[in-house]
Amino acid sequence: MNNLFVFCEIEEGQVAGVSLELLTKGRSLATQLGCKLEAIAIGHKLDNIVNQVAPYGVDVLHIADHKKLEHYLTLPYTSIIIDLFSKTKPQIALLGATSVGRDLGPRVSSALKSGLTADCTSLVIGDHEDKKADKVYKNLLYQIRPAFGGNIIATIINPDCRPQMATVREGVMKKEIFNNSHKCEIKKIDVESIVSEADFVVSIIERHIEKRKVNIQGAPIIVSGGYGVGSKENFKLLYDLAAVLGGEVGASRAAVDAGFAQHERQIGQTGITVRPKLYIACGISGQIQHRAGMDQSSMIISINTDAHAPINAIADYSIIGNITDIIPKMIAAYKKNSK
Amino acid sequence: MSGLKIVVLAKQVPDTRNVGKDAMKADGTVNRAALEAIFNPEDLNALEQALRLKDRISGTTITMLTMGPIRASEIIREGLYRGADNGYLLTDRAFAGSDTLATSYAISKAIEKIGKFDIIIAGRQAIDGDTAQVGPQVAEKLGLPQITYAEEIIDVKGKEIIVKRRLERGVETVRGTLPLVVTVTGSAAECRPRNAKFTMKYKHARSTSELQNATEDFMQLYNSRPYLKLSELSVNDVDVDHEQLGLNGSPTKVKEIENVVLQAKESKVIGNNDQEIEEMIVELIKNHTIG
Repeated sequence: MNNLFVFCEIEEGQVAGVSLELLTKGRSLATQLGCKLEAIAIGHKLDNIVNQVAPYGVDVLHIADHKKLEHYLTLPYTSIIIDLFSKTKPQIALLGATSVGRDLGPRVSSALKSGLTADCTSLVIGDHEDKKADKVYKNLLYQIRPAFGGNIIATIINPDCRPQMATVREGVMKKEIFNNSHKCEIKKIDVESIVSEADFVVSIIERHIEKRKVNIQGAPIIVSGGYGVGSKENFKLLYDLAAVLGGEVGASRAAVDAGFAQHERQIGQTGITVRPKLYIACGISGQIQHRAGMDQSSMIISINTDAHAPINAIADYSIIGNITDIIPKMIAAYKKNSK
Repeated sequence: MSGLKIVVLAKQVPDTRNVGKDAMKADGTVNRAALEAIFNPEDLNALEQALRLKDRISGTTITMLTMGPIRASEIIREGLYRGADNGYLLTDRAFAGSDTLATSYAISKAIEKIGKFDIIIAGRQAIDGDTAQVGPQVAEKLGLPQITYAEEIIDVKGKEIIVKRRLERGVETVRGTLPLVVTVTGSAAECRPRNAKFTMKYKHARSTSELQNATEDFMQLYNSRPYLKLSELSVNDVDVDHEQLGLNGSPTKVKEIENVVLQAKESKVIGNNDQEIEEMIVELIKNHTIG
């Protein structure tokens, strides 16, 4: 009882990356707390899920497998989670901060009157002393997240309500195999006894989900452009550099809003979080919202006409000048020196 | 078909792009008074979806509902300037310090007080917290279904609604049944500008609390035009359990607030010339960052 639960998102039979990242984090928190790590998978044809999650250290996998649950729907998924949490009373529940997790999480937290913290960037176990009530809480989940446009970092706690719920964006936590022969117990959920006809009042008529075309998150090198790139034409230079270095192209929100790059390439607090080996920021001033999505990069090069752009403060190398001038020089230098 | 009754949930938010030093209070909550207040961007997208339904379906009425301090009356006026029909300001010190759950509770109680609605439309999330929780939580509290991440309300026919959702990697079209809650993303159509006629009509609209320093002339005008009165709800006007309001009703607490400080690295400045750029590239190849 009072274990740590992770809701696993399933995309075409595969557990989503963000869920595996949460299992990795959940495993280490569960070990620290001395409790079990339990995973929840809802969907259809889920026989293969246990093989995917067990190596991440999952002790118990709850499976709700039903034809009508193939694609995410708010009400039936909520009913299943609420039923499960009411019976198992988790102390912590983690979800991905995806369109699914951010639809499901608040609904569950409202029904259970537990607290939910969105988009955490760090999860830590710690104690809390409530001086007013003269009470000490042991082993709470510190839910740490940027707030207020990223200008502050807040540590949120839920002292009295359970489960302590949090969502985390994809790419924020690391994904790591725990033990390839970890034993995982399977518990099947009797879907028909929980879900009612009324839960299907909203239904899907049509879905056009594209396969991931750009894999920015997995790219070791990202050449990223901001508003300072100036045009969609100039963005082609970034693609050239990325192609030569074997990287991907990213963009700041300002560049996406200006139509220089597609939305799926947006990096930052409202886009994707990345941690590549090398991040080349071209014409990006470095607003806090953008930095929140890339400041974990191992190395940062900034190319900017403004020597005082905030991005330069976190860059390992700053080149002051125009990208139309500098990128061709970089490509030439690389071609000359690489074997 | 008879008109729809729509309520638009809108929030006045601090413009988080410009946060000064004195923006935080000692208890970790935001000192909104120190910042410029704007109409939350995605709530404007939500308002536009409501206005489009009103354009299409005659007899449709739009009610604005906002929770916040007295100056949030501005949000209602902005809604009226664009074509909303009336509005409510939910304001009381008892709501201060609410997290998303306590906020949703207060809003759901206000909606129950105001009346029955076919569609409750809100922005997906507000820029001050980016949580995207209040929409779904209001839906849960009212026992209504929800459609989040809506990019377009495609059609409403009788009790049936068709909505296009914008997800991370594609779109999904769903069918639902009224009444329900819809939250709208920023990729939806932009909100129309203020309408000149409505702006003239409602520019003197005020909530009761805004009338404190009103002149006699203004009061005469105000009293002669009933549509200038913006409804105000305090905690006593809604049927609530006080334990579920404000800080008390918030399961999440702020333990600590830390200001973000730029960590200056040792940054090398590279000259914009062939030689220095080549030296940098060679260094990166050597330490296996590239190549």
